Amino acid sequence: MNAVWSYLVAIAVWPGLLFAAPLGWLELWFMRKLVARLQGRQGPPFFQPFFDVMKLLGKETVIPRGVSRGIFLALPLVSVAAVTAALAIVPLPGNPVPSLPGDVVLLLYLMEVPVLCEVLAGYVSRSIYGQVAAMREAILSLAYNLPFLVAIIAMAQVAGSFQMRALQEVPYGLVHLLAAVTFLLALPARMKLNPFSIANAEHEIIADSHIEYSGPPLALFKLSHAIEVVLLTELFAVVFIPATPWPLVNLVVYLVAGILVLGGVTLLATTTARLRLTQAFRFYWVWGGLASAITMAATLVR
Amino acid sequence: MNLIERVIAISRRRSPWICRLNAGSCNGCDIEITPLLSPRYDAEQLGIELHGTPKHADIVLISGTLTLRSRQAILDIYDQVPNPKAVVALGSCPSSGNVFAGSPLVLSCSLDTVVPVDVWVPGCPPRPQAILDGIARAAKLLEDGATKSQLAKSRLAGSQPESRCGRPS
Repeated sequence: MNAVWSYLVAIAVWPGLLFAAPLGWLELWFMRKLVARLQGRQGPPFFQPFFDVMKLLGKETVIPRGVSRGIFLALPLVSVAAVTAALAIVPLPGNPVPSLPGDVVLLLYLMEVPVLCEVLAGYVSRSIYGQVAAMREAILSLAYNLPFLVAIIAMAQVAGSFQMRALQEVPYGLVHLLAAVTFLLALPARMKLNPFSIANAEHEIIADSHIEYSGPPLALFKLSHAIEVVLLTELFAVVFIPATPWPLVNLVVYLVAGILVLGGVTLLATTTARLRLTQAFRFYWVWGGLASAITMAATLVR
Repeated sequence: MNLIERVIAISRRRSPWICRLNAGSCNGCDIEITPLLSPRYDAEQLGIELHGTPKHADIVLISGTLTLRSRQAILDIYDQVPNPKAVVALGSCPSSGNVFAGSPLVLSCSLDTVVPVDVWVPGCPPRPQAILDGIARAAKLLEDGATKSQLAKSRLAGSQPESRCGRPS
């Protein structure tokens, strides 16, 4: 199998779109069901996220007057393409993509693209609510990216290489634990979950930055969010969970670890109320900054 | 009907997103909507989600007496809902004006003359079970392609006569 084919398979089938979309829907359903059960409700049926996306695919797209048609429709496509490509780089067992030097940097860049797409979607929509959401998302991304990037870069520092497989093969140690905690600090904000669901605060600004989107473009944004959830949980599992020599066991361990992380994050989301933007920003630059500093220090004194 | 169309039709019934529109209501009907999302009635079991924007909605719940001022707002918001869509009229007010009928600023006509209504939920205010039933019926109509806007679209355009009710003549 030559390189082009392996990239195509990785993006389209495993671990890309064909695998990540159902897993993303499963994880979204798990989160919604858990929230419902914790609130004493029954919660949505198993296929609910799938039905939501299929229904949106069958709806009409309303493009607001005065909005550039090209960029309005391109943003969700770019968002889905970027998260899928990012997931294709993650060295899950059986991933056909060859490991490249520096793919950690590529991965981190690709993971920023959906955030940029959300910010742009808010600004191009000409809706005042969308613009507020975009502003909040942009400011929040300056906050949560400090611990998020430091967690990954600290692991690269320990591994001595910006290569995903090298990160995976680092012998387990204290830095793993510290970096995992730092990563988990950033996770709720990256997933736009409750204490940091400031950019998609439906009670304050009606919806998130895709307030003006409808129909298939909105479905693509939902799909992009589902794949992003898979990407974040599997990235956590791949980097911070010790690997066994058996790929199949690894796969099961990674999936279970992803579900467990999601459960913890959802528990946090149901038990907390939304912070204000300044509070979230201060939290990430004080406590996230402290965790980042400790993690980086641990990589040096090791 | 091929497989994908069938899946989309089922999805329309299983995932009705609703949007509230208060056309001059006393807020009674709107307060009766909130229990739907609470543990007792839990509308999420039916896939119902409450959305703030009409762009994300499939079903518009219109409550309240129609007033001279709200008529244009109803039309604007109805136009913003992407097709296919359904309208559920909540309470007695949209159909008759209820106790406000005959007031100088109240339209003396039913909601049906402004936008095509698919399901009427009577009551003042209707019980949450009745509202849930109304939404489920509207979602079934969406699946069957039998809402008034879908039927009007499948027939030729202009089949619905424009009403002059409440317009400045």
